[in-house]
Amino acid sequence: MEKRTTNSLSWVIGGAQGSGVDSAANIFSRACAAGGLHVFGKREYYSNIKGEHSYFTVRVSDIPVHSHINEINVLTSFDAETVFRHFEDVTPGGAIIYDSDVVKTLLSEVPTVDDHAAARIKNSLEKSGLGLSMQDALEHAKRRGVLLFQVPFFQLLQEFAQKANDPSLSKLTRMVNVMALSASMAIMDFDNDVLARAIQFIFRAKKKVAELNVSASAHVYNYAKAKFAGSNFAYGLKTRPIDKNMIIAQGSQSSALGKMVAGCRFQTYYPITPASDDSEFLEANEILDLNDTGKKGSTVVVQTEDEIAAIAMAIGSALTGARSATATSGPGFSLMAEALGWAGINEVPVVISLYQRAGPSTGLPTRHEQGDLNFVVNAGHGEFPRIVLASGDIEESFYDTIKVFNLADRYQMPVIHMLDKAIANSVTTCQNFDPGKIAIDRGSIVRQVMDKDKGAAGNYLRFKLSDNPISPRVVLGTKDAIFWNTGDEHTEEGHITEDPELRVQMMDKRMDKLGVALREIPDGDKAVAYGSGDVAIISWGSTKGAILDAMEKLEAEGIKIKFIQVRLMSPFPSELVKSMLKGCKVVVDIEMNYTGQLGSLMRQQTGIEWNYQIVKYNGRPMSLDEVYNAVIRIKGGDAPRRQVLKSGA
Amino acid sequence: MALKLSDYKTDVHNDWCPGCGDFGILNAIQMALADMQVPPYKATIFSGIGCSGKTPHFIRTYGIHTLHGRVLPFAQGAKLANPDLEMIAVGGDGDGLGIGAGHFVSAGRRNVDLVYIIFNNAVYGLTKGQAAPTLKLGMKTKSLPQPNVNNSVNPIALALVAGFTFLARGYSYDVRHLKDLINKAVAHKGLAFIDVLQPCPTYNDINTKEWFQGLDKVDPETHKAMPRMYKLEETGYDGVVHNPDEINQKMAQVIEKSNEWGDRIPIGIFYQNEHVPTYQERITARIPDYMENSPAAQQIADKNDKPITNIGRLLSDLQVDK
Repeated sequence: MEKRTTNSLSWVIGGAQGSGVDSAANIFSRACAAGGLHVFGKREYYSNIKGEHSYFTVRVSDIPVHSHINEINVLTSFDAETVFRHFEDVTPGGAIIYDSDVVKTLLSEVPTVDDHAAARIKNSLEKSGLGLSMQDALEHAKRRGVLLFQVPFFQLLQEFAQKANDPSLSKLTRMVNVMALSASMAIMDFDNDVLARAIQFIFRAKKKVAELNVSASAHVYNYAKAKFAGSNFAYGLKTRPIDKNMIIAQGSQSSALGKMVAGCRFQTYYPITPASDDSEFLEANEILDLNDTGKKGSTVVVQTEDEIAAIAMAIGSALTGARSATATSGPGFSLMAEALGWAGINEVPVVISLYQRAGPSTGLPTRHEQGDLNFVVNAGHGEFPRIVLASGDIEESFYDTIKVFNLADRYQMPVIHMLDKAIANSVTTCQNFDPGKIAIDRGSIVRQVMDKDKGAAGNYLRFKLSDNPISPRVVLGTKDAIFWNTGDEHTEEGHITEDPELRVQMMDKRMDKLGVALREIPDGDKAVAYGSGDVAIISWGSTKGAILDAMEKLEAEGIKIKFIQVRLMSPFPSELVKSMLKGCKVVVDIEMNYTGQLGSLMRQQTGIEWNYQIVKYNGRPMSLDEVYNAVIRIKGGDAPRRQVLKSGA
Repeated sequence: MALKLSDYKTDVHNDWCPGCGDFGILNAIQMALADMQVPPYKATIFSGIGCSGKTPHFIRTYGIHTLHGRVLPFAQGAKLANPDLEMIAVGGDGDGLGIGAGHFVSAGRRNVDLVYIIFNNAVYGLTKGQAAPTLKLGMKTKSLPQPNVNNSVNPIALALVAGFTFLARGYSYDVRHLKDLINKAVAHKGLAFIDVLQPCPTYNDINTKEWFQGLDKVDPETHKAMPRMYKLEETGYDGVVHNPDEINQKMAQVIEKSNEWGDRIPIGIFYQNEHVPTYQERITARIPDYMENSPAAQQIADKNDKPITNIGRLLSDLQVDK
């Protein structure tokens, strides 16, 4: 037997949307995590309910992992399309698990493989002198040293039904996802008990389903163990002692959990991928446990008629003092632009969670991009202050969510929390979230108004002009504190004015708050520098994982790189970024968009130009290898100024 | 000490045109607030954009002058976050039935307990007299380059089918009648809509005060003007749904009555149905202490500013040793 690679591999499961790819991947991820391993998983899917190809990539390791890699070591399939789509990415020594009943399927018989993909697959197979069936695709892989593991799923299901003395079970083809997963676990010698526990956990809401799946899984596991005993498969997974403080976190829940802790009690949304999960998680858990009060808390989640209503309602709620948010993606945020300005001029603390996806327009509705930065820092007509904070991963997104509510309250302005599809649809092991880590800062709220706070007419001076541009806020319903809001320019009381002098004073007051914010926000929330070296990468958002992992690989080869993750996009931390880039000879801008929007923003705000740009806009997140290879080319001196990355199915 | 009408007035200069119908609505709102003795800090007037949008600045309660067409979402958000406060939303017919029509319909589906008053003058006044959604087809008010090419929307009927549970129409020059309607709308449990016919003396030269009051239609015998408006309550009309079996019949009569226009224009209460649960009641069915512990009322941190929300139950699901 060749030397076995233990606990370091890339596992992929694919199948038609609606066939349980997600459940199987969740079981796999949880089983690995419960086995003391680190995982990073990401989900790819079409804008479709049922039938199109979806797949889940999970990277497993002994050490923390933050990104996916291009290659596949174990491809787990139960349909022909998964094999057609991914056979070329399976590494020599890797495995394909497949259903014996579909091997004769022709490429042309899979309607969901679109013409462009079909042409690419056809080209590969024909170049190798092969035909166009799934068998040919398997042969193609085999010639490159991929091991093939054929599993007769239908026959196994029948056997299972017989064994259980329940013929109706043979129709439960829905369980094929878990059966395929079990076969893959068997060839990697993963502990079957840990697997069974993970299955039980994922199906914990349906006891009967859980039991059935555990038994079916065991049946396939034992079959595969026996049948493939002498296969000498090169990749294995061995459980390790677990770290009790480790969790397996979903990107679609981390920010919502942060909202609960932050005290967000009102959230609005209009359904949109990939943002809806945030609101749905809040609604599903609308009753909240509280420490030591004997009471329960609750979140009111309102599904609105559109995103204009979503932000308008959130602002209305914020005026009453409730911490309020809305969650959306690019198309929805476009509709919110006018109300954003209203919140700006009226100094209303409201939070917008922006889960970016590929645009423009509907774009690639279920795919990833960081294409909204330019828009977000500039959205809305006229000029008004806003804070924009971008999270780089799931763990950050939890803590950042608490921070954005603090920033909104403290500086009395709209705060846009930038997230993206790659974060929302990924899963990772990380340290347990600490809900007590960040204190609640509600800024300057006045609950009882004194006469000195009132103007000549006895009304509260909500927008009082003073040395401090942040005026103490009162909420609707406060006794003796009547004020007005208007989208027009306003007086200190909040009445309409067109006075030129007051206009300047009010503009100055609002915009000055950005300077205060920039002085007060801690450096770690502005930008974070990792590593050192005279080549510096600047980037933002979810590219963080692939960059950090690539840096580790480069470092192992003696190549040192510095990475500056910019987090605060508005107000832009120019001085900090400049100081971080001091002494760097080469600046490399890495972004998931066409133009390099952070690069432009940096140049605009600091005057610093990047030397190289690495961009990607095919809708698929950057992989570790892509970042690694692109940096190697730059270090080697043969890189063009702009490299466009293109990996991903 | 009882609150007086003057307690609801501000010193802001009112720049509506002389003779504007908006004055009557403003007075009626202030009179209603005084009648109900609502403490000014307990009430918030929300408005959209346009001449009517300035209304909150003239009323001494909290006043939130929002965006064009978006007054209902703003008001609903505030009311749902703090159901203790009295919310009145106001706006023009272009604001509510043109740019804001989607929100109008969706608000009906929710039945949030608040009052929405439309200042209906059939024109966009502040932008100098363009045709608004309630202007009849073929009408050419004085600043239109061509006769109105769109048909008009029937606000009462639209509100009815959208799900509003209180429907009334007032006339801005019958301030006492309108004030009574506002009182009843505020007392109503659910979303109330008042369509107020409000002559724009500057841009609507067809549906003028004189036209509404019938000065062009003098009784040949008495030589008195014959007003076009008549009061539903004086005809024995009863719009209240006393029991749910009557809904279809009551809805049908609203459609019929709200289509009357021209020489006979009904004002008064068209419909009232308190058998539909309010949005607040629907939330309470899921969150039992919502009314006492609303989003605005909730404590979120302890005295040391530490968050008090305990997500331990949810985090334990994520723990790898589960």
